[in-house]
Amino acid sequence: MFKIVKRRELNPTVTELVIEAPLIAKKAKAGQFIIIRAKADSERIPLTIAGYDREGGTVTIIFQVVGGGTMELNSLAEGEYVHDFVGPLGKATEIEGLKKVCVVGGGVGCAIALPVAQALHAQGTKVVGIVGFRDKDLVILEDEFRACCDELIIMTDDGSYGRKGVVTVPLEEKLSGGETFDEVITIGPLIMMKFVVKTTRPHNVKTIVSMNPIMVDGTGMCGGCRLTVGGQTKFACVDGPDFDGFEVDFDEAMHRGTMYKEFEAHARDKACNLFKKEVE
Amino acid sequence: MPNMDPKKCPMPSQDPNVRNKNFEEVALGYTAEMAVNEAQRCLQCKNHPCRSGCPVDIDIPGFIAEVAKGDFEAAYQVIAKSSALPAVCGRVCPQENQCEGKCIRGIKGEPVGIGRLERFVADWHRENVHTPAAKPEPNGHKVAVIGAGPSGLTVAGDLAKMGYKVTIYEALHVAGGVLMYGIPEFRLPKDIVQKEVDGLKELGVDIECNMVIGKVLTIDELMNDYGFEAVYIASGAGLPRFMGIPGESLKGVYSANEYLTRVNLMKAYKPDSHTPIMKSKAVAVVGGGNVAMDAARCAKRLGAENVYIVYRRGMAELPARKEEVEHAEEEGIIFKTLTNPVEVLGDEDGWVKGMTCVEMELGEPDASGRRRPIVKEGSEFELEVDTMIMALGTSPNPLIRSTTPGLDADKHGCIITNGPDGLTSRPFVYAGGDAVTGAATVILAMGAGKEAAKAIDEAIKAKNS
Repeated sequence: MFKIVKRRELNPTVTELVIEAPLIAKKAKAGQFIIIRAKADSERIPLTIAGYDREGGTVTIIFQVVGGGTMELNSLAEGEYVHDFVGPLGKATEIEGLKKVCVVGGGVGCAIALPVAQALHAQGTKVVGIVGFRDKDLVILEDEFRACCDELIIMTDDGSYGRKGVVTVPLEEKLSGGETFDEVITIGPLIMMKFVVKTTRPHNVKTIVSMNPIMVDGTGMCGGCRLTVGGQTKFACVDGPDFDGFEVDFDEAMHRGTMYKEFEAHARDKACNLFKKEVE
Repeated sequence: MPNMDPKKCPMPSQDPNVRNKNFEEVALGYTAEMAVNEAQRCLQCKNHPCRSGCPVDIDIPGFIAEVAKGDFEAAYQVIAKSSALPAVCGRVCPQENQCEGKCIRGIKGEPVGIGRLERFVADWHRENVHTPAAKPEPNGHKVAVIGAGPSGLTVAGDLAKMGYKVTIYEALHVAGGVLMYGIPEFRLPKDIVQKEVDGLKELGVDIECNMVIGKVLTIDELMNDYGFEAVYIASGAGLPRFMGIPGESLKGVYSANEYLTRVNLMKAYKPDSHTPIMKSKAVAVVGGGNVAMDAARCAKRLGAENVYIVYRRGMAELPARKEEVEHAEEEGIIFKTLTNPVEVLGDEDGWVKGMTCVEMELGEPDASGRRRPIVKEGSEFELEVDTMIMALGTSPNPLIRSTTPGLDADKHGCIITNGPDGLTSRPFVYAGGDAVTGAATVILAMGAGKEAAKAIDEAIKAKNS
């Protein structure tokens, strides 16, 4: 059992939990993930680590409520316990030797982009952050990004905050304007990462993407998280979650990601009804 | 006077057409009367060849003699000297190639039902004896075990009985390894696995779940910072293999590991499970081993009308146990042998709608001694399925070897050991089970654990003397 020492709602559908897990906190690095199970019969949910405090012995996760599992997780209060918490899994993002990097985050993916930006900043890398959200209400972690980015561009789809448009617009402007980066690191919805890669490819800027496919065990056993990278089968849990964006077959990953869409929707409705009953 | 019936006492089991719709255990087990009768078929022959066929060297005639007398607890005590998991082995060991394969009653008739008797004795003990095992006197030495599957549980049990303080680190949220995530409920009820695990805890073994060694702690940390004098690596088989044919990434293509993990570990077969699984109509399981049989039989139970085993060699070459093949056939699994898929076909939404197969014929024996399957020219045909499960074996998990300097592995990634004692290229680091051999059987993994326990004990004693 792992204690929730802090709970914070970042926006109406995105929650941050700070979990007491000293051993994981000691080893965690930006880009790695954990597997969490809310209760004894819950699903195993992979979530990329959003932060860690080695001295305090805590690991921070940020998640969006998308299905029954995340809804169950969201029902736990500060001071309560999650049943299982395992990690750190996957490989850390490779940041050594990078002088200037553009970190592109989208939606809840920004939660994962943040520790990467922070780690880069901490080693003296110049960081340009481009973060995108649907609208003003969904903007998260702005202060945290400002603290670790040399330049931060906030985009919203509807223009209700920052600039109006998608993240690839300022990215394209920078690249075609002659600004150079050692790497672009992007984390967010698959469709966004696909278009980030489409933007960087003509400029030949190495682009790292963080993949978050369906997983069951997350430790290199089930093979559910397989992706096609450079024409080869790779497993996000042990070979990733970071991959060379130019090599990833995004269309395939997007297809596979929808496999349980109906089940998720159904589970969410079921969970909603249960909560409604409890309220009544 | 021995019972000279040439046939084994049949195993009572659920009717095939009933059991292929539920997840309850297929074989129901002997009654006391059946067990005594069957035990009396044992001739108590002088050479006891059965014993040489047992990877953990159970005194088989010894325990059978007790069963024949009706002293089931005495029989249990005989088995318990050698095996930590008798209720498991009695169910899943390939006895036909081991103890029973060597039984002299098998020359003129059927061998003694050693596996069925072992299961009976273990079940009888579990249901009738409730005194906890005596905790052994601690000897003050600590050993870490990585992986709570059959090999890890065995080494832990044996060392605990010698007085070692053993901690098992398990990556998943429950102990049991393949006994929990792989082998289905209807072949090995999970309550039974849990009881065997609880038995180890009573012996003083600590089991820490949610610990991925190689990530949260390394082997060097276990030995240097946590005071473990030896480590046994039993991390299991690892990642599934795929065929590399077009369409394998379509929705509805599973590895057997994923399918079975969803069904067994995550209980997707229960209506209130939080874990999704495809509601399939027609399923093709590619492969011919025990894992393929398990996946096919699960798919049938989950409601699929047509479940095919697609295997590129013939019925005679199926690597699965004969009993598993027979059970599958009885339950209505359709065997498409001498058939190989060449492409998975998808619909416009990216779901599997079928597969293109070719027929095969058997040619000359290959390096493995099995006849090599050759494609029949012009034999392409389509098989309509909405789900495909790949049961083609695994390649070892890289997490431990990539984080343990000086730990040698072969070109496949299997950890190299010194021989049967399991010593690796690192002093006081041992390994066994699928992590060394690649995917094999529960009992071989247990056998490796047994040998390693002896070797670890000797090594620690030698160091301290």
